[in-house]
Amino acid sequence: MSTAIKETQKIIDEVLEAYPEKTRKARAKHLAPNDPTGECSTCKVKSNVKSRPGVMTVRGCAYAGAKGVVWGPVKDQITISHGPIGCGQYSWWARRNYYNGKTGIDTFGAMHITTDFQERDIVYGGDKGLAAALDELREVFPLARGIGILSECPVGLIGDDIEAVAKKKSEEFGIPIVPVRCEGFRGVSQSLGHHIANDTIRDFVLGKGELAESTPYDVSLIGDYNIGGDAWASRRMLEEMGLRVVAQWTGDASVNELGIAHKSKLNLIHCYRSMNYICRHMEEKYGIPWVEFNFFGPTKIYQSLRKIASYFDDRIKENAEKLIEKYKPKMDAVIEQYRPRLEGKKVMLYVGGLRPRHTIGAYEDLGMEVVASGYEFGHDDDYRRTYPEMKEGAVIMDDATLYELEEFTRRLRPDIVGSGIKEKYSYHKMGVPFRQMHSWDYSGPYHGFDGFPVFARDMDMTVNSPTWSLIRRKR
Amino acid sequence: MRQIAIYGKGGIGKSTTTQNTVSALAEAGYKCMIVGCDPKADATRLVLHKKAQTTVMDLARERGTVEDLEIDEVLLTGFKGIRCAESGGPEPGVGCAGRGVITAINFLEENGAYESDTDFVFYDVLGDVVCGGFAMPIREGKAKEIYIVTSGEMMAMYAANNIARGILKYAQSGGVRLGGLICNSRKTDREYELISELAKRLNTQMIHFVPRDNQVQRAELRRMTVIEYSPDHPQADEYRALAKKIAENKNLVIPTPMSMDELEDLLMEFGILDSEEPAA
Repeated sequence: MSTAIKETQKIIDEVLEAYPEKTRKARAKHLAPNDPTGECSTCKVKSNVKSRPGVMTVRGCAYAGAKGVVWGPVKDQITISHGPIGCGQYSWWARRNYYNGKTGIDTFGAMHITTDFQERDIVYGGDKGLAAALDELREVFPLARGIGILSECPVGLIGDDIEAVAKKKSEEFGIPIVPVRCEGFRGVSQSLGHHIANDTIRDFVLGKGELAESTPYDVSLIGDYNIGGDAWASRRMLEEMGLRVVAQWTGDASVNELGIAHKSKLNLIHCYRSMNYICRHMEEKYGIPWVEFNFFGPTKIYQSLRKIASYFDDRIKENAEKLIEKYKPKMDAVIEQYRPRLEGKKVMLYVGGLRPRHTIGAYEDLGMEVVASGYEFGHDDDYRRTYPEMKEGAVIMDDATLYELEEFTRRLRPDIVGSGIKEKYSYHKMGVPFRQMHSWDYSGPYHGFDGFPVFARDMDMTVNSPTWSLIRRKR
Repeated sequence: MRQIAIYGKGGIGKSTTTQNTVSALAEAGYKCMIVGCDPKADATRLVLHKKAQTTVMDLARERGTVEDLEIDEVLLTGFKGIRCAESGGPEPGVGCAGRGVITAINFLEENGAYESDTDFVFYDVLGDVVCGGFAMPIREGKAKEIYIVTSGEMMAMYAANNIARGILKYAQSGGVRLGGLICNSRKTDREYELISELAKRLNTQMIHFVPRDNQVQRAELRRMTVIEYSPDHPQADEYRALAKKIAENKNLVIPTPMSMDELEDLLMEFGILDSEEPAA
C-alpha cells in the first residue's frame, strides 16, 4: 500500500472516529482512498445501499429520479405529480432543463401539474380525480403529445390502479399516457426512479414514434438533460461532424423523439447512471450499439469525438478531426486565460451519479486537482469508472453525510467545493468557495466547446472572488 | 367515561351484539355512544332504525375536507338517546379505509363528540386489525377496554387470537386491556367449554355466552334490537346480562396470545379437528 493511500486512510479514520462503533463500521465501507490501479483491495467503496439512519444523507427518492430527472424534461408531455402537493411543488422546475417551444401551448416543461391529494382522495382512492385531471388537461392543453402520471408515495399505499386509468384515457385521447410507479419509498435513492422511468419509456413510448427517413449517420443523444443548454452545445458538435441527432433524451425532448430512438445507428450516452438501462434494452432488442462519452473540458471532448467517430466512416472521422482543429485554438485560449488563475487549486466534488467523475477532466484542463469525489447514488459500475480518473490517495465517498463533507473539507482544504443546493449554504458559512454542480448554479452550459469557456469562467469567478477574503474561514 | 372497542372476525355478529348490549345499557340509564369503524357503515342501523346516511367520510368527501363538517351533521341520536356516528369510507377495493377511520375518529374527538357526561363509548371495528387505521380506536387516549366477539368456529377463534396479538402490542405501548371474550353461539360442539378454555389461555374470561336465537333476526328485519323490539323476550335478558357484566367488569388483562400450533392443539383437545372422522 502506497504512502498516499495510507495517509488518506488515516484522514478517513479520523473523520470516522466521531461515530458510534456500529455507524463507524458501516460508514467505513463507503469511504476509501483512491487506487487508480485497482490493486488495493480495501480501496473499493460499497454503494447503492440504504442510507444509515441517524446521519444526514443528501439523497433524493425514486420520484425525484423518475420525475425530476428522466420524465420531467420531456417538453411536449404534461407531467402530473400524482399525490399530495408537496412533491410536485418542491421539484418544480428545479433542474433548469431548457427547451424550445411555447410554454402552455405546445410545451409544458416549466409548468407544475398535480392532482393535489386531499384526505378524501386517500380514503376513497385517487383514480377518479386522476381521470378528471386527465380530461381537464386534454381540454386545456390539446397540443400535449403525452401525459406522464408520476406516483407519489400514498398512491402506492392505497393501491390506486393508475395503469387502468392511463390505459383507458390513452385509448380515448390517442396519445401515450404513462403510469410511472415511482413511489418515493421504493429503493434506496433516486437511482431506482431512473430505472423505473427507463422501463416506462420502454413499455409505453419507445418504438412507437414516426421517423420519415433514416440515414447512416443517425444517432441519439441519451442522458443529457439540457441543463442550462448542455444538450444543445453537445448536439451542435455532433451535427457539425456530420451526424444527425434524431433523438435527444430527455432534455428538450419531444414524445416523438422518445419513440424513434430505436431507429438510430448508435446511442451516445452521457449520463450513464440514469439511462444505461434503456441503452442496454435497445442494444438487446434492436441491436443498437451504445457508447459512453464525456463532453466536459477539451481533453475529454477530443477523446470522445474521436471515439464516437470511430463508429462511422472516414468522412465522419475526418470531420471530427476538422472540428477539433477548428475549436482547439479557442479552447487553448480559454486555458491560457484561466489556467494561471486556477493552477494547483484543489477541488472537492460530491454530486449525483455522473459528474463526480465526468467533470474531473475539465478541472484538470484548468490545472486543478480533484482531491475528493463522491456520488449520492452511484453504483459499483460508476465507481469502477471513477477510480482510474482520479489520483492515487484522493478521497472517494459514497452517500456522504454532511458531517463527513465538512470534515473532509477541513482536512483536505479544497479551494472549491462542487455539490448541491443543500450543501451550498453550509459551505458559504464555512467560507469555502462553492459551486452548485447539479444545476450549474444558474449558469451553463458546461458541455462541449460552448460550455467549457463558461465552466472555466465560473470556476475562476468562484475560486477567486474577493468575497471569500471577507469571511473568516473556520479551521 | 369508559371507551370500549369491539373486535372480532367479519360476520361474527359484532354489530348486532354491540347494538343490543348498548341498548341494554341505555335502557339501564347509561348515556351511550356508538362509533362505527367500518366503511360499510352498518354498525348503528338497529339503533337508528335505518342505515346512517351521513357518515363522517362520505360527507367530508362531498364537502371537500373534513374541516368543512359540523359535528351535528354526523352525530345522530337513536333508541334511548344513544348517539351514533359512522366513519364511513370507500367501497371495497379502492382507497384506504384505515385512513378513513383515523380521520373520522380525530374529527369526532376534536369536535367534542365525546361529551363529559357520556358513560360509554363503543367502537365497533371492522373484522381483523388489518392495519394501523383499524387499531386507531385502541391507541393512546382512546378505548382502554376491548371485547372480542367469537364463536366455537375455528376461523373465529383464529381471528380472536390474532386480535389478541394486536392488543398485546398496544397494551405494551398504550395501556389498552382485554376485557373478555363474548361468545356469540353458533351451536358448535362443546362451544361453551371451548371458548371458556380459549379465554383462559388468552389470560381472560368468557364474559358471556350469548345463545343463538332467531328472535335476533326477527328484530333485525324490523331494523331494531331485541331490547327494543321484544323487551320481554328471554334473548333480551341475555343482552341485559352481558351489559351488566361489562358495566361491572374489573377483570382487564394483557392478553397472552397463542401460537398457531397451540391453537390447533386446543381444537384437537376439544375434539373439533377429528370430529369428522371416527376415532381409530
